[in-house]
Amino acid sequence: MAKPEKLIENGIRLDGRKPDELRPIKIKVGVLNRADGSCYFEFGGNKVIAAVYGPREVHPRHMQKSTSAVVRYRYNMASFSVEERKRPGPDRRSIEVSKVSRESLEPVIFQEYFPRSAIDIFVEVLQADAGTRTAGINAASIALADAGIPMKSLVSACAVGKVDDTLVLDLNKDEDNYGQADMPIAMTPDGKITLLQMDGHLTREEFKEGLEMAKKGCLAIAELQRSALMEKYSTLIEGEVNE
Amino acid sequence: MSNEIMSELRKDYIYSLMIKGEREDGRRFDEYRDITIDTDVIEKAEGSARVKLGDTHLVVGVKIQTGTPFPDTPDQGVIITNLELIPLASPVFESGPPREDAIELARVVDRGIRESESIDLSKLCITPGEKVWMVFIDVHVLDDGGNIMDAASLGAIAALMTAKLPAERFGVGEDTPVPMRDVPVAVTAVEIGGTIMLDPSLDEENIAGTKLTVISNQEGALSGMQKSGVHPLTTEQINYIVDISIEKAKELREKFLEI
Repeated sequence: MAKPEKLIENGIRLDGRKPDELRPIKIKVGVLNRADGSCYFEFGGNKVIAAVYGPREVHPRHMQKSTSAVVRYRYNMASFSVEERKRPGPDRRSIEVSKVSRESLEPVIFQEYFPRSAIDIFVEVLQADAGTRTAGINAASIALADAGIPMKSLVSACAVGKVDDTLVLDLNKDEDNYGQADMPIAMTPDGKITLLQMDGHLTREEFKEGLEMAKKGCLAIAELQRSALMEKYSTLIEGEVNE
Repeated sequence: MSNEIMSELRKDYIYSLMIKGEREDGRRFDEYRDITIDTDVIEKAEGSARVKLGDTHLVVGVKIQTGTPFPDTPDQGVIITNLELIPLASPVFESGPPREDAIELARVVDRGIRESESIDLSKLCITPGEKVWMVFIDVHVLDDGGNIMDAASLGAIAALMTAKLPAERFGVGEDTPVPMRDVPVAVTAVEIGGTIMLDPSLDEENIAGTKLTVISNQEGALSGMQKSGVHPLTTEQINYIVDISIEKAKELREKFLEI
């Protein structure tokens, strides 16, 4: 698609959203049988699936830590997830995304409970539509909880960007391609920021305002994550009681 | 943060100094180590710079050659940034393909140059859709004394500012300087037990919970940012780092890049 003339008209974005509005989110918890925990997460046009295995033995052995678990995170895009077929396998971008995503979740995991073991998180992007790393983190956070990994809190993530000189929450593909800035953020519900990246052009004031906007977005996502988990686990208990 | 092994005594020493508001080498929390930048140190490269930032020592070489543009940007040149943490520079670096730390460093240096639009990519076009200039920025770390990020970023921009497009050698006109529009500068802060300090030394970097790199341009706006490390940061800490980084970037730009 060629660059649209305007990305925002009369305060409404091309996809009909207001500047501070998130795209629709759909969450399914526990979608995979073999994984210890899993989650399917739709974030606008993004479709990602996260699986958690562990705590389990560390292979290769030399990676193990004697006082805590190692957390590993693999972000991978399916070759069919984007317009132009992506060469399968890790590239430099996905290695960087995996690193910062892992670091966004590590602070909430009680790693010291599981010395000499591994907690493996696999995130597969089935369809990409700007914001895959944030969708992946949101999914992984739920999958960790679903796997029963002890956590201090959930982690929620979304991006803030600038298009047509206006700050907007949760960029879509066109806004990402033709916008002026993109800033993915992850945080815990009590406001600790665990992921912060930015590229593009933002003034100091825009940055501060954007950070506040992202916080509101993350809190809204946290609420959805919580209710998705509650839905799965509260109905289970009720079923058991009825029998 | 890294694989480096540090004695508990040494960690405690750095912590106890920090509580008193001091650093091992006597710097203030917002003070950089001594910086020297020499440009044109490699004659075969189109642009080059040697940077010493305290004990950190690296060389950046810019090689420029012609090539075909990417199909989606037929009238723009190409920049490719590479950085390797070679085993020569530290006992904990290993040979083999670059790992996530090196990839992250390279991508953040690249992001600073690219997103600040410091190079006018449209002026790197020779024949649209066929021939453009490809600018390869290679960072060679020789000695890791901490804060490779800022040293690499300074070196890359210093090398680009002295680089020439080798048009005569490729038979496409006269040699001209690389078309620069802005001078982005990266400033890295670390958080250690709630204290924020700029330009971490190797030991400070090793015990840091988190690093935050802020890249700002000549007008004092942000061009890129990267949080690296597992400690979370509060909004207040981030805003504080952004504010001091922009000021520090201005100072570094004036002092070492003479702009």
